[in-house]
Parts: sequence; C-alpha cells; structure tokens
Amino acid sequence: MNVKVIVRGKVKGTVLCAQKPVNFLGGIDKKTGRVRDEKHDLFGKFIGDKILVFPNGVGSSVGAYTIYSLKYNKSAPLAMVCLHADITTASGCAISNIPLVVAEKKDYESLKDGQEILIDAIEGKIL
Amino acid sequence: MELTKEEEAALDGKHGETLALAYRILVAIGKATGADKLIPVEWAHLSGVNYNTIGDAGQEFLSHLSKDAKFKIKTTVNPMGFDSDTVSKFNLDEEFITKQQSIRQSYEKMGVIPSFSCIPYEIFELPKKGTQVSFAESNAAIYANSISSLKTNKESAFSALASALTGKSPHSDLRDEENRNPKLTIRMKTEPVDELTYGLLGYFAGKEAESSVAISGTKGLDKRSCKSLCAGMGTSGSCGMFTLGEGEGEKIDFDYTEMTKVKDELNTSESGDIITLGSPQLGLEEISDLVAKLKGRSFKKRCMIFCPRAIQGQIRTLGYDKELGGAGGEILYDCCTCLTPLVDKHDVDAVITNSVKGAYYLRTSNGVGVNLKSLHKIIEEETK
Repeated sequence: MNVKVIVRGKVKGTVLCAQKPVNFLGGIDKKTGRVRDEKHDLFGKFIGDKILVFPNGVGSSVGAYTIYSLKYNKSAPLAMVCLHADITTASGCAISNIPLVVAEKKDYESLKDGQEILIDAIEGKIL
Repeated sequence: MELTKEEEAALDGKHGETLALAYRILVAIGKATGADKLIPVEWAHLSGVNYNTIGDAGQEFLSHLSKDAKFKIKTTVNPMGFDSDTVSKFNLDEEFITKQQSIRQSYEKMGVIPSFSCIPYEIFELPKKGTQVSFAESNAAIYANSISSLKTNKESAFSALASALTGKSPHSDLRDEENRNPKLTIRMKTEPVDELTYGLLGYFAGKEAESSVAISGTKGLDKRSCKSLCAGMGTSGSCGMFTLGEGEGEKIDFDYTEMTKVKDELNTSESGDIITLGSPQLGLEEISDLVAKLKGRSFKKRCMIFCPRAIQGQIRTLGYDKELGGAGGEILYDCCTCLTPLVDKHDVDAVITNSVKGAYYLRTSNGVGVNLKSLHKIIEEETK
C-alpha cells in the first residue's frame, strides 16, 4: 500500500493495533513502554519494538517528550502508522528518528495485529 | 511545503545542528498538517518543563541544546515539578530536585521568561487580535484561540520549542482562517452549570470534535468554567479551539447521560485524603473568589492551591496568603496538579479536585483515585 511519509526511515516489524487514540503522556509509561491507561484497549501491553498502528495522538503536548523518552529508554515502537498524524506524534517521531507514516482509511483498516510488515518511509510504501 | 532558500539551508545544517533539528521538526509537522509554508510567530509557550514528565531523556536533551541555542522570540514556560520555596516540606529526593533545577537552568540559558505557568493568557499582556503564536500547553492553546483571539495550533512541546528557536511555524490547521470554522456543534443540555460540568463538557467535546468545535447553550461561563472547559478539551482530544453559539453542520447533545458517562470515567473514588485546586493554575480572580467563598471556614483536609509566581506579590499585598493559610490551604507557586511529583500514591489513596484535566493525569500518571467534584461541593463537604 502507498502511504504518506511524515518521518523517513525503513523498518520491518510486527503490527500492534490500537483502536483508541493514544495520549502518550498519561497513557504510556515512558520507561517501559507499557500502556498504563486502564481505559485504553491496549492496557497492559508494551509498545516497544512494535509497529504501532493507531488513529492519532491526543492530549498533552508533552507527549512528544514521552516519545523521545521511549526512544532513549529503548522502549519505543520501531515505527508508527496513523490515520491522521497530529503535531505531538509528528514532532516526537521527528526528534527521535522514528519512521512515521499516514495511511488511507481502507489501507489502515487492513492492518492486523501480529502481522509482519515492512515500512518503507522513504518511498512511501508498506509491504 | 515550500521552504525559502534560507530555510532549506538551515534544514541542511548550514546554520548549525540546533537549527537543523528545529527545522526538521517544523518540516515533519508541516507534512503532517498539510502546510504550504512557514510563517512568523511572535510568542512561543513551551511545555516539557517538569522533570516528572520529561525525565532524564528530556533533562539531558535540554542541557545539550542549551549549550549553544538561543530563543529568537518571546518564550514563556509551563509549570515545573515543585515550588523551590516549599520543596523541603515534601518528600522529594535530591536527584529529582537537582534535575529539575538543571531543566530550569537550561531554559533560562536559552532566554526564557521564567513564568512556570500554564495560564500565560492570564498573566501576560496579550498581543493584538489575530497574532500568530505557538502555544504548547493544550489549555492555553485552546484559550488563546477561543477567548484571546490569537492564532495557534495545538502545538506539542517540540513544535513550540522549534518555533521558539526559529520564530516560525507551519501555516496550517487553525493558523488558516478557513479551518477555524467548526463543522460540529455540541449543545450544552445539562445542569448544574458549574466549572466541573464545563470541564466534563470539554472532555466530551475533545473526543468528538476535530480541530474546531461550536458550543451552544452555555450559561454562566465565567473565567473558572472557561479555563476548565479548555483544560478538559485539551486532555481528551486534538481539538484546539471552540466558538460559542450554534455553528453549521452536525449537532450533538451533551446531556445528563453523556455527562454521567464522562464523569464515571474520571471519578474513581467516593472521597479523598487531600484536595488539589488548580489545573489550570488559579489566577488572582479565582484566588479572590476562593477567599470570599471560604470566609470563616477551613479545610478539613490538606488543600494544595496551585498558582503562577506572577501573582505572588498581589496575593501577599491583598493578604490572601494569610487568609488561605488560616483556612488550612497551602499556596504553591511555579507548579500544578498535572503530573505533580508532590502527590505520591504511597501516602495518598485518592485526591479530591474540581479539575477534569487533573483527574485524568492523577489517575493515569500518579496512579491515585480521584473524587471529582465542583468547588462549591468541595467547600460544602470538605470545609468546616
């Protein structure tokens, strides 16, 4: 599928899908990458070393630092795929060199948990 | 997004590592939001100041950055983790204090106005209507767009930092007049009309709306309720502005059922061990009103009241510090409820607050229970 590149990079990994938007600051533990918001559908899961697929980021502007901290603590996702890229996610990924792409709705919905994919955020493709 | 030759050169690192990083952030946001160009902004308000939120990664990043970076425009900052004057009363470890001071010094070295406040719209003189600014703190961005007639996107800590370093921001979303018209109206159809209900309405609206939302049926929207609405909205969504009155397009009701749903998500305890007031921080008007409401009554539990340092002089001159102190309230400057290291789950099971934003972060980040109720109820039930 073709995707819009927000932050460049190329990586292969396993998909972890979130149904709900992600509030990085409140919702994710910056040291371990564990989802700590018990009202979130990924509660208890770890987002590190996964390809995180989620609609968009919400909430605090400091969430960008959470993304940077996750990278620093080696608990960051390998890449992120969004339906709408928000400013917090885009800037957090840009500073942390985490590839970020935006997919069209039907492509986005075709991504499934556990699927192995290759994100080419240089050419703008997911294989 | 089109860049000028000068901007291209900066992006390529011809003016140093710091500017290259700042432009890399601006370009990523520009792509994400479909911007056509970069435009000048006059004021940046930064989040990412509290060591509790940015951790070692953030502290080290800022320390490195401050070696040669200087802010190009007026730059103000969000609250930090504690009030230096009273920090010894709290059980904070040395490492936290040292690292928080390092963050403070890094920002000061880069030329920040050390405001440590999440309500810049209340403590600084505002530029003329329509001025482009870059506000990261979400309640401040929403307030600036909706009440102060300024223009900003709901910036992130890094996008506002990039604006502070370059004086620029991508021209997109709410910076463009065309996108400021809401496509959704939320009709306020519930009682009581107090700051808590408005905070819950904000939280609901943030989940439903895109970048802008119309809110109709508002009554008694005073400053306290307005700040609560902005903070609730900023917590749950990506919406960066509201207008008052019915707009075009889809309409949904915020009725008793919807309010109860939101409240059930955030109110997790029937009572609490301590009270926190602020998030957003209380301005002078709210402090004065609190003093008037308390007349003769005192808090039955520890009550932390968060304010900006900018109003400390007036609070003292007017004698509010003595009155609130006498009623068992503790005024804390430079910090706030959100992500506070001053509430520790080992000492506290649950917190009583009227802040919807505070409630969300106390539960998710501090890991304590929250008893959410209006200031009116707090005074009725928690003072004697």
